Amino acid sequence: MNGQEIKVIVFQLEDEEYGVNVHQVKSIERVSHITRIPRTPGFVKGVINLRGIVTPIIDLRSRFGMEEKQADENTRMIIVNTDDMEVGLIVDAANDVLDIPAGEIEPTPEVAGGINAEYLDGVAKIGDRLLILLQLEKVLNREEVTQLHVIGNQG
Amino acid sequence: MEMSQYLDIFIEESKEHLQSMNQQVLLLEKESDDLSIVQEIFRSAHTLKGMSASMGFEDLANLTHIMENVLDGIRNEKLAVTQNLLDALFVSLDHLEEMVLSIGNGGDGKKDVKDIVGLLYSIEAGTSDASQKKLQVGNKASHAVFDEYEMTILKQSLEQGYFSYQISVELREDCLLKAVRAYMVFETLEQMGEVVNSTPPVDHIEQEKFDREFQVTLISKEKSETIQNSLLKVSEIDRVKIESLKAESLVLNGPEVQSTETDHPASREQPQEKPVQKSSAGPAASKTIRVNIDRLDRLMNLFEELVIDKGRLEKISKDLKSNDLNETVERMSRISSDLQDIILNMRMVPVDQVFNRFPRMIRGLAKDLGKTVSLEITGAETELDRTVIDEIGDPLVHLLRNSIDHGIEKPKKRLAAGKSEAGTIHLRAYHSGNHVFIEIEDDGAGINRHKVLERAIERGIVSRELSKDFTDKQVNELLFASGFSTAEVISDISGRGVGLDAVKNKIESLGGSVTVDSAEGQGSLFSIQLPLTLSIISSMLVKAGEETYAIPLSSIIETARIKQDDIMTVHHQPMMDFRGKVVPLVSLGELFEVPETDRNEKERRSVVIVKKGDKMAGLAVDSLIGQQEIVLKSLGNYLASVFAVSGAAILGDGQVALILDCNSLIK
Repeated sequence: MNGQEIKVIVFQLEDEEYGVNVHQVKSIERVSHITRIPRTPGFVKGVINLRGIVTPIIDLRSRFGMEEKQADENTRMIIVNTDDMEVGLIVDAANDVLDIPAGEIEPTPEVAGGINAEYLDGVAKIGDRLLILLQLEKVLNREEVTQLHVIGNQG
Repeated sequence: MEMSQYLDIFIEESKEHLQSMNQQVLLLEKESDDLSIVQEIFRSAHTLKGMSASMGFEDLANLTHIMENVLDGIRNEKLAVTQNLLDALFVSLDHLEEMVLSIGNGGDGKKDVKDIVGLLYSIEAGTSDASQKKLQVGNKASHAVFDEYEMTILKQSLEQGYFSYQISVELREDCLLKAVRAYMVFETLEQMGEVVNSTPPVDHIEQEKFDREFQVTLISKEKSETIQNSLLKVSEIDRVKIESLKAESLVLNGPEVQSTETDHPASREQPQEKPVQKSSAGPAASKTIRVNIDRLDRLMNLFEELVIDKGRLEKISKDLKSNDLNETVERMSRISSDLQDIILNMRMVPVDQVFNRFPRMIRGLAKDLGKTVSLEITGAETELDRTVIDEIGDPLVHLLRNSIDHGIEKPKKRLAAGKSEAGTIHLRAYHSGNHVFIEIEDDGAGINRHKVLERAIERGIVSRELSKDFTDKQVNELLFASGFSTAEVISDISGRGVGLDAVKNKIESLGGSVTVDSAEGQGSLFSIQLPLTLSIISSMLVKAGEETYAIPLSSIIETARIKQDDIMTVHHQPMMDFRGKVVPLVSLGELFEVPETDRNEKERRSVVIVKKGDKMAGLAVDSLIGQQEIVLKSLGNYLASVFAVSGAAILGDGQVALILDCNSLIK
């Protein structure tokens, strides 16, 4: 490999560690007051006032079908930016920045950490840590929001 | 030469010139013997040519060059204004527009213009096939030759005490970057005066299509020695020769070269005519500056922040109950509302920006359809917020196309109906209250109730039984239903019936509404109502449970308190009595699944009566907080469409409140 490295922000969900490319991360925030938006899928927690910009917040646990968790002092919102969308992701903790050599990234197994492979970009092994890399474009697939939204309306 | 910094200006100005040319050619079509119009077009074409040549867009320059020749022919009454010629001009304008657009989108502005250039050449050749050659010959003559326009400028400046110089510059033989040196010469000259023309033409010089020597005609107040000295400072210049020009030595180029003495008095008269023409034709001179729209947007954004903070201050001062603070905050509120007026005003642009392309479009469409249509525009100076202007173009195009295609009848049919052969479409814009109205009225066939109903039933939009009781108004509304198209033949002009449906959606997304009125056989009137601005709105803040929502004042009729006993139930739907009318009552808390509080135990409930068109509904809330100016913010791209929410606002305490969209609440 040519020794290229990618920088990722590392965060936690349940017992697993995940990474998103640092280029896609705008900031990391503590959880503040979230305004609920009615009639949206459960994982859409609402919107916050992020320095004057109204930013949607989704709970990543509930997005991946895990059980939601009460916010504690470690809970963070990672504000990411992809496809012209700015969205905050609620995660259990965000505490590390890592350089991953591109060669260390392996293709995704079928399922990692209980998350469907289509949301993943690969898995990286750093020492004895296993890092699951998220494909944000898929995670923030808008169609899924609207689809669920339609179903929610009917029910 | 690094030109990219000028690109934006180039595109902007090119568009303006094209627009003005379009308008003038249309005018010319009406008054084909008014040569002052030709003069206008010529001027624009000339500027455009110069600009595109210096920016290196050859195809643009070539096409404008030949257009200029044709226009020159008209101006000198060598060519008659024929339909053929006008069509060719329109086609050229379309080509030019395309090229400019392509440049604007990052393209190279290249386009095969051979056909149209050939056409223009043949038109030009129709009367004076040799004039092109003569021009070239003329250029090589030792005496500088000028076209009529340049002559006029020269003569005027001489009269005003400027000097005119014929400057010939020779570059050193070993000069490598001839175009660059020439550019530096031009730049030096332009600091001292105005360059009228050059031989060879500027575009050739730019492309290094000259040997070592070139001539420039300059108008300046400077002495010839000063000019000579400044020019010699440019490196790699061998020789500079400056000749002073006298009025008598000015010679017209082209066919005029051979013209006899009798022509001269005519051209002498020109200077006296000219200033009058200029002042009447040119736009009124008011002091303006060009400001990048992004900057205005930024200003607006900053101001919105200020409005939010103002809300916060108001809240704090209310809590603190300090007189001084109260006074200051009140004063600040007044200033900020003045400021808001000014900023909003700055963002206002006349609807003319949208309207001005319609005459061209109507002309083309009418021609394609074999109909005669005249478009009467009134109120083009009416101003609207730029964001609205940007969005309103497409819906209007749809409606206009609709009017021509479905409204206006063919000439024969019109005559048979006892109408004038030519149909008329009125396009009107005017202010009323906090809204701007745009109306499109045609004197065509109007809406055929029977046909519309048949089609709607066929398409399954309404049932036959229901449709019997429809009022005319309800029938007209059907036009806006999705999947509806009444034209017997689907044409590419007014689309496949997605049109009016899309129009309605677009306008409603802008916070406006569209209605249609029609009398069969006499025509129809589409009326669009638009808000003056989109971003700052007055609203009523209400509470449902612990959540705060904002309801735009524009959709509130009034607020009321009702007793629990006064709520009736019809078909499981709670209803309430509002001034003798029974209107549905919706609980905001239930609608939005707000977490339960004690809201059902209250004896009296606050109700906000909201409207959509002439339909009303009562919205039961837990409490009314009060009126506040809020800044409409979008929920972001991720949450593009949320049920009954049009956006969000940031409140005084920094929290976000959702703004209710009453239009989607009432069906």
